[in-house]
Amino acid sequence: MAKRLPKKDVVIIGLGWTGSVMANELTDEGLEVMAIERGPWRDAPTDFPPSYMQDELRYRVRHELFLRPDQLTFSFRNKVDQTALPIRSWGAFMPPNGVGGGGVHWNAEMWRFLPSDFVLKTHLTERYGASFLPEDMTIQDWGITYDELEPFYDRFEYLCGTSGTAGNLNGKIQPGGNPFEGPRARPYPTPAQAQPFGHTLFGKAAQDLGYKPFPQPSGNLSQAYTNPLGLKMGPCTYCGFCEWFGCSNYSKASPQTTILPYLVRKPNFSARDNSEVIKINVDKSGTRATGVTFVDSSGVEWEQPADLVVLAAYTMFNVQLLLHSKIGKPYDPIANTGVVGRNYTHQTISSVNGFFDNKKYNFNPFIASGAIGMCIDEFNGDNFDHGPHGFVGGGYMGQVQTGARPIESTLVPPGTPKWGAAWKTAVKENYLSTVKPGTGVHGSFYAYRDVYLDLDPTYSDRFGRPLMRITMDLKENEVKQNKFLTDKFAEIIKAMGADKLGIQYRTAPYDISTYQTTHLNGGAIMGTAPTTSALNRYMQSWDVSNLFVLGASAFPQNPGYNPTLTVGALAYWAAKAIRDKYLKSPGRLVDA
Amino acid sequence: MRDSGRSFFAGLGIAVFVATSASAGDSDPQEFTQIERGRYLAVLSDCASCHTVPGSNQPFAGGRAIETPFGNILAPNITPDPETGIGSWSDDAFDAAIRKGLRRNGSRLYPAMPYTAYTKMSREDVLAIRAYLNTVTPVRNAVDANTLPFPFNIRASMRVWNMLYFNQGDYKPDAKKPAEWNRGAFLVDGPGHCGACHTPKTFLGGDKTDDYLRGGFLQGWSAPDITGDSRVGLGAWSAEDLVAYLKSGHNRVSAATGPMAEVVTLSTEHMTDPDLRAIATYLKSLSGKQDHPQTLSKEDAAMVSGGAIYRDQCSACHGIDGKGVAELFPSIADSSMVKSDDPTTSIRIVLRGARSVGTQAQPTAPGMPSYGRQLDDAQIAAVLTYMRNGWGAAAAPIGAADVARVRSDTALRPD
Repeated sequence: MAKRLPKKDVVIIGLGWTGSVMANELTDEGLEVMAIERGPWRDAPTDFPPSYMQDELRYRVRHELFLRPDQLTFSFRNKVDQTALPIRSWGAFMPPNGVGGGGVHWNAEMWRFLPSDFVLKTHLTERYGASFLPEDMTIQDWGITYDELEPFYDRFEYLCGTSGTAGNLNGKIQPGGNPFEGPRARPYPTPAQAQPFGHTLFGKAAQDLGYKPFPQPSGNLSQAYTNPLGLKMGPCTYCGFCEWFGCSNYSKASPQTTILPYLVRKPNFSARDNSEVIKINVDKSGTRATGVTFVDSSGVEWEQPADLVVLAAYTMFNVQLLLHSKIGKPYDPIANTGVVGRNYTHQTISSVNGFFDNKKYNFNPFIASGAIGMCIDEFNGDNFDHGPHGFVGGGYMGQVQTGARPIESTLVPPGTPKWGAAWKTAVKENYLSTVKPGTGVHGSFYAYRDVYLDLDPTYSDRFGRPLMRITMDLKENEVKQNKFLTDKFAEIIKAMGADKLGIQYRTAPYDISTYQTTHLNGGAIMGTAPTTSALNRYMQSWDVSNLFVLGASAFPQNPGYNPTLTVGALAYWAAKAIRDKYLKSPGRLVDA
Repeated sequence: MRDSGRSFFAGLGIAVFVATSASAGDSDPQEFTQIERGRYLAVLSDCASCHTVPGSNQPFAGGRAIETPFGNILAPNITPDPETGIGSWSDDAFDAAIRKGLRRNGSRLYPAMPYTAYTKMSREDVLAIRAYLNTVTPVRNAVDANTLPFPFNIRASMRVWNMLYFNQGDYKPDAKKPAEWNRGAFLVDGPGHCGACHTPKTFLGGDKTDDYLRGGFLQGWSAPDITGDSRVGLGAWSAEDLVAYLKSGHNRVSAATGPMAEVVTLSTEHMTDPDLRAIATYLKSLSGKQDHPQTLSKEDAAMVSGGAIYRDQCSACHGIDGKGVAELFPSIADSSMVKSDDPTTSIRIVLRGARSVGTQAQPTAPGMPSYGRQLDDAQIAAVLTYMRNGWGAAAAPIGAADVARVRSDTALRPD
């Protein structure tokens, strides 16, 4: 029997980006807010000090900052007729754990989605006709437009101090920025980061080929910044340890650097760490959440009652908690009914490594930040005519190399022996003269009827609950998209002057064992109808009106960008709906 | 599991006026003006620093161990509890304790209680503090007042000490100085008791008055020179710099850490801007020792190796130019603390790291990591020697033995 704690106005599950944003907004409203975080408390100067944080073995190879699969994992299969097996070591994605969540270890790319991304189904159908889309593709409109989200994009950008060059200011295309971006009301808060040699060379080659390159918008700051909460950020030192690592130079935007020191001073905010929420409790009617049940590190069960529940964990844990709490109808791909688990997506990533003459080129590739890079957006979304190509979707591409950390940067040209003296010599000869863009081709991943999440019939977790099962494969549309984009990308790397190219297409079947990105999306999507979405346009559960679900689990499908800025903007969007509408009149904000 | 909430404050207000004691002196619990004046004087006097255990939800209930060179002294309970606090004290007894260093039985307080400074306050000031303390929640908490070892446990010896070091009496304004300067002098020497840390002490723990506010040493920290000395004091700070530092814990040059972080949190952050400006005016008017040591040659071995270590380990935050980032990473080039005669605090910060104080105005509270593991004593000495003589500065070099002393002295201390 769980011990019952005094009731709070709001309980927030997870203290990462969205939990921190929401906690700050709702405490401003005067509410008593309790955040419950599964992992440990983490603070920038004490948990990622620059004196030892640049430890690739500890953080990159041994996954220091991530959830331990022993604590919680998922099962995986490619196709519905296969038997799923549990993931025992993280591969394709890295589930965050602890205060700050993925905001601790991310690269801090700060992309807005295209206006057409939010109305994708309508847009593509109008331009190409419904028959152009694969039959089993289940893409949808979001129920919100770019213009509605713009002020919230702006808020999150200014919270983070984002460094970038505007491409579209109030409809006027700006030189040096992304000409394809939606209109923004004002410039980035800080100018774009300086670009190292290899990144600059990519920009030049792209320009020579007729593209319009621009610096990637970055949450690693080009200069010192004070955000609207009065928190100070420092200029990035280009140390090249962003992704997989925390930053204590105060130069990478994270909850620790942009919100938490301000939030924890508020008397109406409190938090519990090392406490895992195992269930959202609902009343007998099943339409009202009464709070949550969590387990502390001693195995003691507690009940935290609250008037409002905000589910603000990572995509996977959001969906899993809804399934375990029996909130919303689970998705059934055969009957094509239900919503929880539906439209689960990832990213379609590939890259091209360029090997240059080491007598002519020294890229000093270790000089970088997580979101540094020169990019082009000509092949993203519907920025180009898909008619001749037979697929939909796309992505940005660029030289976005995040450093040259020694363990993972032993690149050698194709044909080099895989071990021995010749390999060692090749590593040495190529280290400084290789371009390794990493996630150079950052493609979209659209939704399909048989790509989804549900509860595993065989495997269970330490509480005896079924593991959540991933059923995911890479479809022909995404394979074609990736081939097209990767070839375009290779042309630019070649034009930079590379002697040899190492081209890595993304091919089927979907591979759970090698890293792509942690951009998992969907499963509890927002939309316009309770039959096809778990949440309404305000990220409010259709079924339980005092439950809001934040994060990329709300994306109906994944565009060809990194998700975090949109995740942050949607958190502000939902917070405003709660503050302006829900608190005045608790209940469904949208009639079904 | 940890509850980092601050909601325990919520319950405090309720009990405040419920139960005060039979005596509680002559103050009137309705006398808002006096109580509010006393609350502010208690802020100026930083009473909470010693009399409230950090993190406790029982303000002024005493029991915090105050480290002195003679042993630890437990701060007494000054809530209005009649038996274990000061509830049954008369106003005269309270005034005698604060301004004369006398206990109720006539024996002497130890000067860990800064009656040597509080004596500058008027009786009205002290009774206002009393009136305020009468309004806080009485807590039953008996504190052992006699924890010092022999011979310091003989309180009669304090008679001699007082003859040597204690000048009793209210603050007497200097008619030749402006009112702001006089206010500053009163705050610094009276309730603020800045000299308790910043004036060096004799072996008996009395002030070395010739070196007034030129830097002291306590509890494993060296407190810097806060005179107007341009090299090691506040001479290069504007009054605005000092106000910002005291108000927010940060300014363009520096950040408060260690014991000063607590002073900011409990006291100076809550002072009025005119009072902070008065403190700045007064401190900047004090002449420092104004000595001019020779700068070390750039070819000096410690300067060469120290410069290399600085570039590798320090420059990411503090900059190759030593300027840091205003209000985030302290400027080494402009730091007077770095050049202090007593390098203890600089060594300690490199060895053990430090956390700057978070305030309402500057909530970020950035931290400096510990380098005690990867840098040995000679390396830390070299990098500090470089900092003390870089960017046109000059200060005596630091030896590995200095670092070894601080390493050993701080090994078992909490941060």
